[in-house]
Amino acid sequence: MITIIDYGMGNLKSIENAFRYLGARVKITNNPKEIEKAKKLVFPGVGNFGEAMKNLKRKKIDLSIKKSIQKGASFLGICLGLQLLFEESEEALKIKGLSIFKGKVLKFKKVKIPQIGWNQIRIQKKSKILKGIKDGNFVYFMHSFYVEPIDEKIIVAETNYEKNFCSVIESKNIFGVQFHPEKSGKVGLKILENFVKLKC
Amino acid sequence: MLAKRIIACLDCDLGLKGGRVVKGIKFKKIRYAGLPWELAERYYKERIDEIVFLDITASAGRRTTMVEVVEKTCQRVFIPITVGGGIRTIEDAKKLFKAGADKISINTAAIKNPKLISELSQTFGSQAVVIALDAKRRNNWFECSIYGGRKFTGVDAILWAKRVERLGAGEILLTSMDRDGTKEGFDLELTRRVSEAVSIPVIASGGAGKKEHFLEVFKKGKADAALAASLFHFKEIKIQELKKYLKERSINVR
Repeated sequence: MITIIDYGMGNLKSIENAFRYLGARVKITNNPKEIEKAKKLVFPGVGNFGEAMKNLKRKKIDLSIKKSIQKGASFLGICLGLQLLFEESEEALKIKGLSIFKGKVLKFKKVKIPQIGWNQIRIQKKSKILKGIKDGNFVYFMHSFYVEPIDEKIIVAETNYEKNFCSVIESKNIFGVQFHPEKSGKVGLKILENFVKLKC
Repeated sequence: MLAKRIIACLDCDLGLKGGRVVKGIKFKKIRYAGLPWELAERYYKERIDEIVFLDITASAGRRTTMVEVVEKTCQRVFIPITVGGGIRTIEDAKKLFKAGADKISINTAAIKNPKLISELSQTFGSQAVVIALDAKRRNNWFECSIYGGRKFTGVDAILWAKRVERLGAGEILLTSMDRDGTKEGFDLELTRRVSEAVSIPVIASGGAGKKEHFLEVFKKGKADAALAASLFHFKEIKIQELKKYLKERSINVR
């Protein structure tokens, strides 16, 4: 069962469709108890870092996400869902993120923003989430901000836009992608399939 | 490196149940035999980068909604979907996003009420807001038109492009009315001027007839993406062949 966290932002239909297409069972919820019990959590997101954190706190989902991860649930953050794992963002200066990882979310400065379109992932190390994905495969991005983890060991792929930025992270049971796997054709579906097939 | 995108546009007449993709040549419509989501899936398999659905239903009697078209499409098509035509309010947009659309495209409603651009952008993010700009060549400027090319506004296309960027638009879908349907090539001057005036991506549209046109609109027109409709429907150009052609000429495509 894939549990998709609904915190009132972003397009959940596409991510739900993609998992169903892969044959997975899907539950969409904003109930903190269900999130805490989940074995596989997907945290999608399009929108503003500050607004999202406020929504998470109001619904008390922030704590249940942390508890669930501590209990060993597999967790996949997508786009803003990846960014929220970090401490702070240039998008909302005074608001603290989930702070599961140390590091900041930065804004592109010298290039067209948002970055909209297909860009390549450059694989930095072997990972579970990118199993079967080739170095240089294209995926679909739609964002103005990117994460800069302090612990470089969690970076499993980078992408070049303005500079090489972190586009995929993996640390034990926690995974995060800056692009939209649900909109990235076969490559994206393969990444979601890798997540579905993880043993937990 | 960020790839240049090839986008297929599906003009939809929703007067029939399920809707039909039509080819519009100077107000005459030729039906393409196929439901919108079937054609969208064919393109997805042929590795198109994005799909745009445009509601061009002329009559008031709709037997299908765009929401239904998007819902059906998104069950099997996993690339970005943009929807345009007849979107007037935040509520209209919300329904389409809920159905699985990634971006909405507006023209008439934006010119009549520019505040709508910032409202949409604040609600859904700038990446989800595409401004369709239909430009007609005048002596030494380009004029914006609305209502699918039926009404002229006196608005300068370059100035409008800059303004929509400030208001929070994420992309501009730029159609040359002079080239649309002619197959004589994109309007390179128009595309380049808009592209240089703004720092958001510009999608060139109108006039694609052969592979060379795509190459020149990326190189000389400085477009970020290029869109075509009937050219792909009738397989006059195959998407994979087009991409191979561009790749061989050092255009970065997926």
